[in-house]
Amino acid sequence: MTGLARLAISDLEVSFGSRQVVSIADLRLDNAEILGLAGESGSGKSMTTLAVLGLAHTVGATVSGSITLDGQELTGLPQESLRDFRGRRIAAIFQSPSTAFNPVYRVGSIVTKALRLHGATKSEASDRAAEAMRQVLLSPDLMRRYPSQLSGGQLQRVAIALAVALRAEILLADEPTSALDVTVQAEVLDLLRDLRASIGMSILFISHDLAVVAELCDRVAVMREGLILEQGPASQVLSAPAHPYTAELLESVPKLASTT
Amino acid sequence: MTAEPELTAGRDLTAGRDLTAGRDLTAGRDLTGTPPLLQISNLTVRFGPVRAVDGVSLDVAAGPFGLGLVGESGSGKSTIGRAILRLVRTSGGSIKFAGEDIGSLRGAALKAYRRHAQIVFQDPDNSLDPRMLIGATIAEVLRAHHVVPRTAITERVAALLAEAGLDPAFAQRYPHQLSGGQRQRVAIARALGVQPRLLVLDEPTSALDVRTQAHILKLVARLRSEHKLSYLLITHNFGVVSELCEQTAVLYLGKIAEIGDTKVLLRAAAHPYTVALRSAVPEVDIAGRRSRIVLPGDPPDAANPPSGCVFHPRCPLAVDRCRTEVPVLRDAGPGHQVACHRAEDVLAGAEMPTRRRPPAIERPEAAASSELS
Repeated sequence: MTGLARLAISDLEVSFGSRQVVSIADLRLDNAEILGLAGESGSGKSMTTLAVLGLAHTVGATVSGSITLDGQELTGLPQESLRDFRGRRIAAIFQSPSTAFNPVYRVGSIVTKALRLHGATKSEASDRAAEAMRQVLLSPDLMRRYPSQLSGGQLQRVAIALAVALRAEILLADEPTSALDVTVQAEVLDLLRDLRASIGMSILFISHDLAVVAELCDRVAVMREGLILEQGPASQVLSAPAHPYTAELLESVPKLASTT
Repeated sequence: MTAEPELTAGRDLTAGRDLTAGRDLTAGRDLTGTPPLLQISNLTVRFGPVRAVDGVSLDVAAGPFGLGLVGESGSGKSTIGRAILRLVRTSGGSIKFAGEDIGSLRGAALKAYRRHAQIVFQDPDNSLDPRMLIGATIAEVLRAHHVVPRTAITERVAALLAEAGLDPAFAQRYPHQLSGGQRQRVAIARALGVQPRLLVLDEPTSALDVRTQAHILKLVARLRSEHKLSYLLITHNFGVVSELCEQTAVLYLGKIAEIGDTKVLLRAAAHPYTVALRSAVPEVDIAGRRSRIVLPGDPPDAANPPSGCVFHPRCPLAVDRCRTEVPVLRDAGPGHQVACHRAEDVLAGAEMPTRRRPPAIERPEAAASSELS
């Protein structure tokens, strides 16, 4: 292991009773790296996210093994200590931003409330919220609206703004663009790339679509039935997959025929 | 235009002709004189102040034939699909199936039409009754339309499931016991039960994993040739229509921006929006990766559409004329029409602001850790 790894997972096992759904020997996210975790429904990729967030128990799963952030062990930490990591240092965005926000609060108050929970003063919170909205290229005017008044793409940006406002170092992005139009998806991918470049955010990007992974990620790990089948630099895995399953996923991406 | 001559023409000409011979499609129109299976003229659908569909004309040729409807959320693509099935009330224009105006169909004639045209929705979770066994769900349709004698229903259900690539034993399962892809196959099997001539596929794979999507698209391709199906494939992703649709219409805010041969639209689109949509499709080929055209802003509010060309606030090529004058659909080549004042410039390769996709950052130590575990 080099000194660069921010998030390191080793010998991680997640189980429901006797059924093991994740078994990862080694997975690491380096500083300012975008790592793609590719797999289909049921591959265990989302359970891995929950385990990293310390939330696997909320769905009835048990976790063993090690998950470290900058060398500090996260598994086994009491929930109160985890809360400082979750949100502030490790943020997460999900497929459906419309279900991630409380519909009765205005967007601005959702962001400032989260900042206040993590210790910001009132004026600090509103300044940082406005600044984060600018960073994700949203008009601060949108903060006065309710979640239902925003498009899916705008809501996903708000979710990312929340992570930026909290100065999260690690972003777990679980299928964040799967429910979006391709045009909006492309904009969200640009935004994630920008955040990596501007604030050095490390991103674990989870997707079933290897084309999206190819667009964004430096490195790829391919997951099936809880196991990582192969991992390596995106250029290598996607051009010369070592595992037939990776090849099949690649083959499934719709081809734009007859282009010049 | 009176309905009567259309009706006769439709009935006489569709019977017993080789519809594929000599077909030259001009924006869905068949120059052999064979009327299209489905003819949408100047369709308008309003929801209160919103014109969800605003004067759309489209033809769908007799099968095997695929027409792609491509656009973002709010483009009106799904509303068109629903209007074809008479699932929404139209505010203007007409939809003719085999020459007959479907808006005037009542009673038995409407029921007969529903045998000819079927729809498959994006989310099979909502279109299948969770309390009904799969077999009962399909049998219900067969019974309602008296497709086969009662005694043959079980056998037909099994055959339909097999045709959709499912184990006939699935008839005894409930929807929740199936995966998303399997449920979508059930929805397709149910639609095929009445032996339709026209299928509306409304984002049939958007909720599915890419590998499952590929399997469903393969199934559509097989059914298309086996049943000489005509279909509308509604999607926001150009990649999905590229192999399954001869023609594609690109929709923006309820209007057709461009329509033509899918290959032509992918290779030489004449509308900046088409070029941008196509450039947004993610691709695996990292070396051949192209720059993406940046469209500023979100699609506008349909209740309050922009003046002139509805696309002008986001268009990188907009000039003064675009802000005031509504572009009409005009010819851009054989079988190719576009609604854009600057189509000639687009075809000539006018530059649009792009964003390069930066290469991945590779670290030597990361490369060294590449492994098969």
